[in-house]
Amino acid sequence: MSGEAEKTSKDAEYKESAIVRFLRATEVDTRMLGMIGALVLIWVGFHYYGKIFNGYGAFLTPRNLWNLSVQTSSIAVMATGMVLVIVTRHIDLSVGSLLGVTAMVMGVIQVWILPQFLGLGSPYIWIITVVAGLTFGALIGAFHGLLIAYLEIPAFIVTLGGLLVWRGSAWWVARGETIAPVDATFALIGGGPYGTIGATGSWVVGILGCIGVIALLISGRKQRIKFNFPLRPMWAEWLIGAVGSSLIIGAVLVMNAYPWPKGIIKRYAAANNIEIPEGGIFISHGFAIPVLIAIAVGIFMTFLTTRTRFGRYVFAIGGNPEAAELAGINTKKMTMLIFALMGGLTGISAVIASARLNSATNALGQFDELYVIAAAVIGGTSFAGGIGTIYGAMLGALVMQSLQSGMVLVGFDSAVQQMVVGCVLVGAVYIDTLYRKSSI
Amino acid sequence: MNTTEAIPLVEMRDMSIAFGGIKAVDHASVSLYPAEVVALLGHNGAGKSTLVKMLSGAYIRDTGEILINDELATIENPRDAKAYGIETIYQTLALADNLDAAANLFLGRELRTRWGTLDDAAMEAEARKVMGRLNPRFEKFKDPVKALSGGQRQSVAIARAILFNARILVMDEPTAALGPEETAQVADLILELKKDGIGIFLISHDIEDVFELADRVVVMKNGAIVGTAATKDVTKDEVLGMIIAGKCPSGAVAGPGAIT
Repeated sequence: MSGEAEKTSKDAEYKESAIVRFLRATEVDTRMLGMIGALVLIWVGFHYYGKIFNGYGAFLTPRNLWNLSVQTSSIAVMATGMVLVIVTRHIDLSVGSLLGVTAMVMGVIQVWILPQFLGLGSPYIWIITVVAGLTFGALIGAFHGLLIAYLEIPAFIVTLGGLLVWRGSAWWVARGETIAPVDATFALIGGGPYGTIGATGSWVVGILGCIGVIALLISGRKQRIKFNFPLRPMWAEWLIGAVGSSLIIGAVLVMNAYPWPKGIIKRYAAANNIEIPEGGIFISHGFAIPVLIAIAVGIFMTFLTTRTRFGRYVFAIGGNPEAAELAGINTKKMTMLIFALMGGLTGISAVIASARLNSATNALGQFDELYVIAAAVIGGTSFAGGIGTIYGAMLGALVMQSLQSGMVLVGFDSAVQQMVVGCVLVGAVYIDTLYRKSSI
Repeated sequence: MNTTEAIPLVEMRDMSIAFGGIKAVDHASVSLYPAEVVALLGHNGAGKSTLVKMLSGAYIRDTGEILINDELATIENPRDAKAYGIETIYQTLALADNLDAAANLFLGRELRTRWGTLDDAAMEAEARKVMGRLNPRFEKFKDPVKALSGGQRQSVAIARAILFNARILVMDEPTAALGPEETAQVADLILELKKDGIGIFLISHDIEDVFELADRVVVMKNGAIVGTAATKDVTKDEVLGMIIAGKCPSGAVAGPGAIT
């Protein structure tokens, strides 16, 4: 029987096209390729749409791509948590509202309360504020989890209630006042010219990233040799290493190609007694701090889902909740922890979003839940449970944000924007369904 | 085997559970000795599965007590049961379909590296060892169990129990989904486990299987025990009579559910 199988697989290999053989050798996930393809299509499409109809292609410029990276961060951070929530067959509709109320609470803490005790501009203000924000988010998340796991109220209802309650609370915290400006150090977390790591810092990050890619490839290969698993051909390893490194270097080049605006440079020069030469100074933005935070969260969450017991249990519960319970997994506690984690990540996003806006308003994060869920689902997280990846969700966030800011750039009405985003979401899930049917 | 002197591995006394007024199990008492296979027989809904689910912690009993090695045991959830060395192979194959064989084998008790992370390589190596003993032709270690056949999935479920050094094994219709060849494999396996001194509760519909594998039969009807008998003391027809009519033959010890 195995001989027969071998023969048919050989036959199949013979008939396989070069593309299929290439995919097999590199072990590249085809759905990821599809997403990258969609991303390229969106980017190039908006760029040329702008060029043709508005006379100026604004999408593929360092400035827009830099902005895009910052705008994506907040959604991407929450999307990593939403993956776990959806994998375990739940949903969290409250993240946008939770982001709003957390931002308001942090605004009150850092603008109204702490300066009274620590003095304005104290370096402890931002630390205490961030810790308080993350704790607040995690506690509310845990509270949602408690209601869902122990009182057995469906997650849809609990978080739908949360959507209303926390949006109302966000208004109620400061009676609808906008709290601004936030602490100066806190504001750096949101990006902006000062909230970046500059050209040199970006190169350091980029080179560390390349080293990371190569180290992962080498350790992966060693592991496979140790356990006698089939190896990728050497050329495929080189190719993956080269493509990965060039993407990282490319990102560094783009981020560094976006200079500080003239006004900021003038102020910076005046503050530091620098003479501005003829033609101005070119100071690169480099990677923005929120982008680095999102990348760090992505790495941490990937580690959590693939390398730890917690992550294994998340997927086991998603695959078969009964089996997980019978295997001795405390599924109720897991549910609570997952929602607490989701809340904590929402806290991080609240820090990023309010720092970027340099203020806290009660409308912050409105409709974010839809973008976050869409990002996770476009990234391949299955509503049937048990399937999903962190990198997929983060890429999904980038796709959603690209679509959104692309439409703003080319000047679509906000009404049209909503319609397009809605259609894309439904279409993406349909394509996903087709993909799953054909791959099983 | 001398069952009168040995201490029973498990003794369930006067177990009852009701679901919404319906008595699923009604004052049932069963015992299991080391290296013994006890078959639980009865119609669908007779209470066999419910009875063993109270042992494995999936249900909490209303009344009754469970003794393990003559000591009162507290079993309130599956984790408690596992702590007593009770492993269950469920009718519905309690496997997580999206995970691979090794992940399923170690679910709930993953091997970890000294950093506290999952040691997938070690788990796969162990999985290959155990599966090699059970089902030497098993090769699909990297695929999610969704991609496996019924027999392969069953061997994963059984390997899971063996891996954790179960002393008491509960098998709920272990061969219901299997072909004849795979059924024979499971039968061999049961005899193998018996040699290791493991006590097995076997729930089955197949009376041929039962007479081949079991040392004793316990017949249930409408939640109550009709009777208990050593398989050598009763005929298949008599056992069928117990299942269908609730009549207890002379070779068996009558229970509360027997018609007098």
